[in-house]
Amino acid sequence: MRTATSTSILPPPGSRFPNIAFKWAAALAAGMIVVLIVLVGWELYAGSRQSLSKFGAPFLWSTEWDPVNDSYGALPFIFGTLVSSLIALLIAVPLGVATALFLTELAPQRLRQPIVMAIEMLAAVPSVIFGLWGIFVLIPWLRDHLFVWLKHTLGFLPLFQGPIYGVSMLAAGIIIAIMILPIVTSISREILRSVPDLQREAAYALGATRWETLKIAVLSYARRGLFGAAILGLGRALGETMAVTMVIGNRPQIAASLFAPGYTLASVVANEFAEATTDLYLSSLFELGLVLLAVTILVNIAAQIMLKSMTGSSPIKV
Amino acid sequence: MKKTLLALLLIGAANGASAQMLINGAGATFPQQIYTKWFDEYRKIDPSVSFNYQGIGSGGGQKQILAETVDFGASDGPMSDENLAKAPRALWHLPTVAGAVALSYNLDGNPQLKLDGPTLAGIFLGKVTKWNDPAITAQNAGVTLPDEDIVVVHRSDGSGTSFIFTDYLSSVSSDWKATVGKGVSVKWPVGLGGKGNAGVAGQVKQTPGAIGYVELAYAHQNKLPFADMKNSSGNYITPDVGSVTAAMASATIPDDFRFSMVNSSGEKAYPITGTTWLLVYAEQKDHAKGEKLVQFLNWAYTTGEGFAPSLDYAPLPDAVVKRALDRVHSIKY
Repeated sequence: MRTATSTSILPPPGSRFPNIAFKWAAALAAGMIVVLIVLVGWELYAGSRQSLSKFGAPFLWSTEWDPVNDSYGALPFIFGTLVSSLIALLIAVPLGVATALFLTELAPQRLRQPIVMAIEMLAAVPSVIFGLWGIFVLIPWLRDHLFVWLKHTLGFLPLFQGPIYGVSMLAAGIIIAIMILPIVTSISREILRSVPDLQREAAYALGATRWETLKIAVLSYARRGLFGAAILGLGRALGETMAVTMVIGNRPQIAASLFAPGYTLASVVANEFAEATTDLYLSSLFELGLVLLAVTILVNIAAQIMLKSMTGSSPIKV
Repeated sequence: MKKTLLALLLIGAANGASAQMLINGAGATFPQQIYTKWFDEYRKIDPSVSFNYQGIGSGGGQKQILAETVDFGASDGPMSDENLAKAPRALWHLPTVAGAVALSYNLDGNPQLKLDGPTLAGIFLGKVTKWNDPAITAQNAGVTLPDEDIVVVHRSDGSGTSFIFTDYLSSVSSDWKATVGKGVSVKWPVGLGGKGNAGVAGQVKQTPGAIGYVELAYAHQNKLPFADMKNSSGNYITPDVGSVTAAMASATIPDDFRFSMVNSSGEKAYPITGTTWLLVYAEQKDHAKGEKLVQFLNWAYTTGEGFAPSLDYAPLPDAVVKRALDRVHSIKY
């Protein structure tokens, strides 16, 4: 019986070529990604050489951005990119994970598919549409209602002080949150679906309530994966350009208030690249691209480190 | 580049094997509407040639014509001496149409405002901060202006519109010239940045107390009120096609056509105006293409200019057309 099975499944001896070919093809495909990143990095480095040699490291902490006098610095843009992405994550991750939990654990079967479709449609809306919707619908509402309320109730915090224009760091964070919600939700949903039923059954068998089951059997089992979903969302948030530039106010400044306008790395490159006429100006925009790549890599490394330390303290070892 | 290739392929496929000539251009976005109109109309006159224009921005237009990857470039600002020196041979600026930059605002009741240059510079420098500032009320007797903060809105993307506007502010305010200067992007002392004309118009429309500058066509299309500006003869002028042409007629235009027409001296000239240029090599490498390009330019200056007013562009005054045509006829191919 055994011999019969093995002869029918295994290839006849001597034809190992498909195995080797497949292995190399797969390795090549994986290698391409690395090559691509290296090439992008190299191109950005080559383009920004002039700026690198002119400004050196202080480019990173200079707050000046003055194309007329050819003087450039990246700090307000780095600040804007990190803060707007952080706001987006703080909103999108709880919302996305909660939606995914509802869809996998709680929602009635016939509701699941329509909600999943609605989320997927959200992912198909072009960036510029979110931006226009931001300008004409979201911003006026934020300015007249939410921001006024925040200033009234939390105005003692520096985060919610100063004049309200509508366009602001907070508005950008909210728009990005809406835009990364589909990816955070879909991935969280896949992660939660991959939690074995055995986990849930075991928790129920111990007498856990539904909430306790979610907490001890599902969420803690899936936390690494959920963290990964957040990181993918963060990757999208850092590079989001068009919608952000339409609602952030495009002012290269570092302000404590979330009501104040700001600027991001991706936005300034998109805004100023087409009309950049001097070589140093163009080179500085390239360097901003290089900085964005570096920020993205650093944030991912930091996330990996956090992920490692997190598993160590996990109550349930998997 | 990919888009150009794709366009080439598509056009090639549409025409089968027939050898239709394709002339490529790239650059400024401000004149894109009129250029597209010209190319459409010209196809009816000479079907053997088709034009492909990519509105990639003036910086890109300058770069591509310098690298000779296109047959003509286009720019909203004149090329700097530094960039022009990179050209492999004589590269000419040919002005095509002109436009006005309008000051739109958002005030209750949409009053018709009058402003002069120094006041406008004060607003954009952050020194005039309230709508009822004496500098504004003194020029607007009969209009009640609120005790409201002025919210300045400017372009966030590099643009020829910003160039014209900052060029104007530099010419009327030494303070502006010293602290900010002129350029397609500048370091704005105050205000919010909106992306594109649409972004600025949208933000002005949405923000009470806002003031921002947009191309005249945008102010028209969005039904925004816009200010009459005081010109150098002391008259308050409404921006329209006539007052832009008047500005150009009274501007001093040097032989190489690289000129600024802001704050020009004409009695009826609107002060915040600018022109846009095609960038063409004086000697064309490709004989057949050069011939077609010259024929087209000849048509554009004689017939094409007539299409400008319907699209809110100002046609060139006759004297300038004549000078430009002389230049076109001396292109060698």
